[in-house]
Amino acid sequence: MATADPASARAPAAAYDNASPALRRELVTPEGVDLEVRLADASERAGAFLIDLVIMGVAMIALTILVGVAAAATHNKTGGSIMIVALLLIWFLLRNFYFVAFELTPRGATPGKRLLGLRVASRNGGRLTADAIFARNAMRELEVYLPATFLFARASGVDAWIILLGIAWCAVFVFMPLFNRDKLRAGDIVAGTWVLKAPRRKLAPDMAVKAHAAAKGVAFTQRELDTYGVKELQVLEEVLRRYEPRTLKAVAERIRTKIGRPADPQLSDGAFLDAYYVALRGRLEHRLLFGRRRRDKFDAP
Amino acid sequence: MDELRLKSYRFRAEREADWRRLEAVLARAEGRGAASLSDEQLLAAPVLYRAALSSLSVARATSLDQGLIDYLESLCARAYFFVYGARSTLVERIVRFFARDWPNAVRSLWRETLVSFGLTVAGAVSAYILVTRDPDWYGAFMPDYLAQGRGPAASTAALRATLFDKGHGHDLSAMATYLFTHNASIALFAFALGFALCVPTALLVTGNGLMLGAFVALFVTHGLGLEVGGWLAIHGVTELSAIILAGAAGFRIGTATAFPGERTRLDAATEAGRRSGVVMAGVLVMLLCAGALEGVGRQVIQSTPIRYALAGATASLWIVYFYFPRARSRLDGHR
Repeated sequence: MATADPASARAPAAAYDNASPALRRELVTPEGVDLEVRLADASERAGAFLIDLVIMGVAMIALTILVGVAAAATHNKTGGSIMIVALLLIWFLLRNFYFVAFELTPRGATPGKRLLGLRVASRNGGRLTADAIFARNAMRELEVYLPATFLFARASGVDAWIILLGIAWCAVFVFMPLFNRDKLRAGDIVAGTWVLKAPRRKLAPDMAVKAHAAAKGVAFTQRELDTYGVKELQVLEEVLRRYEPRTLKAVAERIRTKIGRPADPQLSDGAFLDAYYVALRGRLEHRLLFGRRRRDKFDAP
Repeated sequence: MDELRLKSYRFRAEREADWRRLEAVLARAEGRGAASLSDEQLLAAPVLYRAALSSLSVARATSLDQGLIDYLESLCARAYFFVYGARSTLVERIVRFFARDWPNAVRSLWRETLVSFGLTVAGAVSAYILVTRDPDWYGAFMPDYLAQGRGPAASTAALRATLFDKGHGHDLSAMATYLFTHNASIALFAFALGFALCVPTALLVTGNGLMLGAFVALFVTHGLGLEVGGWLAIHGVTELSAIILAGAAGFRIGTATAFPGERTRLDAATEAGRRSGVVMAGVLVMLLCAGALEGVGRQVIQSTPIRYALAGATASLWIVYFYFPRARSRLDGHR
């Protein structure tokens, strides 16, 4: 029965990024190792963009107020005109170079992208050049500012229809990332870039260490260990990382039923799972060294 | 109690210190730039990166500790982007851009530039003919916010005054800044619209020509042809070239997307986009010069001959800079 194994605990245990294979891409380094990068999906990119938009908006308002206050304080005409120049330039720079400036940094990401663990990278795995960054952001004119202009335009009669058609036309570019395999927007196409999910991960403690200490030398037979494969082991790892009593109990019961081992009153559910985890991992890694990777419980042992 | 005998555990215990060191180097480089690394760290980075890559390969083949593999993948990807990321400093890049990349990119767009130029001229000539025959056409080509009272109904004296306005009551620097940001937006727009298969860019460039023709025609019919030429040319040479180049960059993207030839559409668009991206960065520089000439130079210099002289000088400067053949240098090496 499909529900009678640890795989049923998969739904809540999604801390690790088990991205759909459709978003996995090959990125082979010059050393010949495939980094198996993952593309950012459209919702993450939209989220990052909204965050950036809010930051830009807040910066613009804050700077405008600041410049306004400074202009009022100078009380003369030259001061005022310098302020106008400053303001025009600030708006221009924010609008056109906010993205460029941040993507040129080593992180290759704007604050919004950083928050969501995204970064811009070159599609061919090479360097991300300044002209590519410039080109990908110049395209925002078509993808963001033009549709925005249409959306905020007011008209009636024929002009209104023209604006409506304009919005429909712009939608082609705005929604482009949703309609191609690599989630490329117009700017990415033109610049040869894509946006990757590249979060900073902390090294999680090895579950085997803790589990080994708690396991108190409980032994399993080889038949008991040959019940499961790598996939189930990883789900079990996740369950142990969370260590929620209810899940532990459910998973322990299912494993006991499956391997036909009676419950031991001396051994808590957690300790049982710990022991089983260490033993199963030892067994599967042993088989791995002999060139045999057992993918899941359906794979022949 | 017996000790943990998992090979994957021993593997991790042996190498963890190196991974941590790499992580520390990366955190520093990403936060404060590669320049903040010490010599020792800088030399260690590629070594540690390769060690981490090898760890990743080993871990994938022998370890079933998923947390470890996820961590190594993320660490290696970060290190990869650092080790193989852009190396040149900002100054080097800027020098290279002005010395080589920009003029080369402009030269490679000569065909598109000719088309863009042709459209501007065609627009200007047709608007000129139409407005000369019937001044009512003027309103059709010139939006009110740009005309600023310069219409067919204005008197010759009033028109002359606009050409030789010393900027009384006007704010030179504010005006220059406004014009720069306005034109830069138009140029970026012409570029981005190229992606929509050239047609909107063609419209924009032609429209720009129409405005020019109508404007000139208005002054010529009032007998101010020579003066308006000087008034426009002093900055217009630079400004119009910039907008023509922006249009050319847009055309390149549009044609590459529509007719990719033997490459895939995506590759063709990418190659065109990178090249035109360089041109566009330069276009913004040109517009900055044009803004300065227009906002300040034109108000300060009131004599028509000097205005023409300056226009001729800028025109020959741009032509020599872009199209004058030059020797290959070491900067061309890996292009």
